[in-house]
Amino acid sequence: MLQLERPDTLPLCRTRGFLALSYGLTPGPPLKSAPFEYARAASLAEACDLLARYGGDSKVLAGGQSLVPMMAMRLVRPAFLVDINEIDELKFVVIETDFCRIGACTRQMTIERNDWLGARVPLLRQALAWVGHAQTRNRGTVGGSLAHADPSAELPLAARVLGAKMTLRSSKGARTLDAEQFFTGPMSTLVRPDECLEEIHWPVWNGNRTGSAFTEIAIRHGDFAMVAAAAQVALDSSDRCTRAAFGLGGASGTPLAFPEIAVRLVGTKLEDKAIDAAADDAAAETDPGSDLHATKEYRRHLARVLAARALREARDRAVRQ
Amino acid sequence: MSEALHPVVVEVNGRRREAHVPARLSLVDWLRDELRLTGTHVGCEHGICGACSVMLDGEPVRSCLMYAVQANGHRITTVEGLAKPDGSLSALQDAFCETHGLQCGYCTSGMLIAAQDLLNRIPDPTEEQIRDAIGGNLCRCTGYQQIVEAVRLAAERMKE
Repeated sequence: MLQLERPDTLPLCRTRGFLALSYGLTPGPPLKSAPFEYARAASLAEACDLLARYGGDSKVLAGGQSLVPMMAMRLVRPAFLVDINEIDELKFVVIETDFCRIGACTRQMTIERNDWLGARVPLLRQALAWVGHAQTRNRGTVGGSLAHADPSAELPLAARVLGAKMTLRSSKGARTLDAEQFFTGPMSTLVRPDECLEEIHWPVWNGNRTGSAFTEIAIRHGDFAMVAAAAQVALDSSDRCTRAAFGLGGASGTPLAFPEIAVRLVGTKLEDKAIDAAADDAAAETDPGSDLHATKEYRRHLARVLAARALREARDRAVRQ
Repeated sequence: MSEALHPVVVEVNGRRREAHVPARLSLVDWLRDELRLTGTHVGCEHGICGACSVMLDGEPVRSCLMYAVQANGHRITTVEGLAKPDGSLSALQDAFCETHGLQCGYCTSGMLIAAQDLLNRIPDPTEEQIRDAIGGNLCRCTGYQQIVEAVRLAAERMKE
């Protein structure tokens, strides 16, 4: 029988508790992440100063829905965390004529519940319907998902398909990157260690016959997509396509968009045959990997099927308007 | 080397709590090991299972994916805060008992937080909305059916 000398000060029964006792370690609260220094930035300027000072050893902590688990598993061990969660100037939605501006630390749930935004950039809400769960979207941010740049994540794909622009701020100034340049590989972007994502510009398609769609296959709803597809099309009054954009996630190291293939759809009536041909061409450009869940061939098959499905759904929504 | 401790002031279940915490102490570990609010459970510890769900300023979040230091200045409600002030069970908790919405009970506190959030927002949810609301919470006993029934029963009772 294990005798506890000071039972009221001992932690409860997790590894640092009884196990620690039996190994002769000092019991204390369980700590999963490696140690780091922490600073809660009160303004974007302060965050930039901190990042300038700690540079490559630091990491921005936004919603933490990817970074914190990675730190808990010690896959990443930043020496310094700059917490931007209390920076109000990074939380906003501004709807302008040709684009919407969203602050980088705006919660995903805030975006999902914004009906104005849902009407102006419908693809964003359609993509968020596939992102995690209520508990993660309440905390997860728009900018965090983009900066994390998981190749199968939904928001990076939506940003790529719509041609969103990311504004990055450092103590030296600001610069703006297109989604096409922004994503450089799996979990990698052009964001420098001293930069913080400030806001994202999402283009608005102003035509009154516009439709968009997002679809994916995942093992369980809310998991990362095996392959995801997003599409947006605009039609004229005789159902002829005037503008088209579509892309695939999880099918390469970065989210992919296919402007050269999409432009071939312009002028067609988006018949199933034209859509299938575009989806075939797009799938041929993918470079998916194989893993436990799906082979490269299966992912390429999904890419073709899902690209066609997204385009058809987008077309059907536009036709109904 | 001893780690820096950060002061935090958090309102937990209506009560002001102050502490000094290392930055890497997760919110759930602080709630359980220091405040002894052990109703919130620790499951996967990387944001998959939902067992650690708590309300942060009234919205459910995973408390394993937040550091305690980040809760500074915020309001937390744990499952202990769902019961009525006299300690009797809430309508939702009662409904879970009645419909056998739990077996081992490990997921229950997270399920209650997720379902309470749903009922706060949508008093009369459809079955699809219920299933979506608890979609981020894993249960390995019930097969979810009785949990869905519990939420429905609670919604009906709260209408009356």
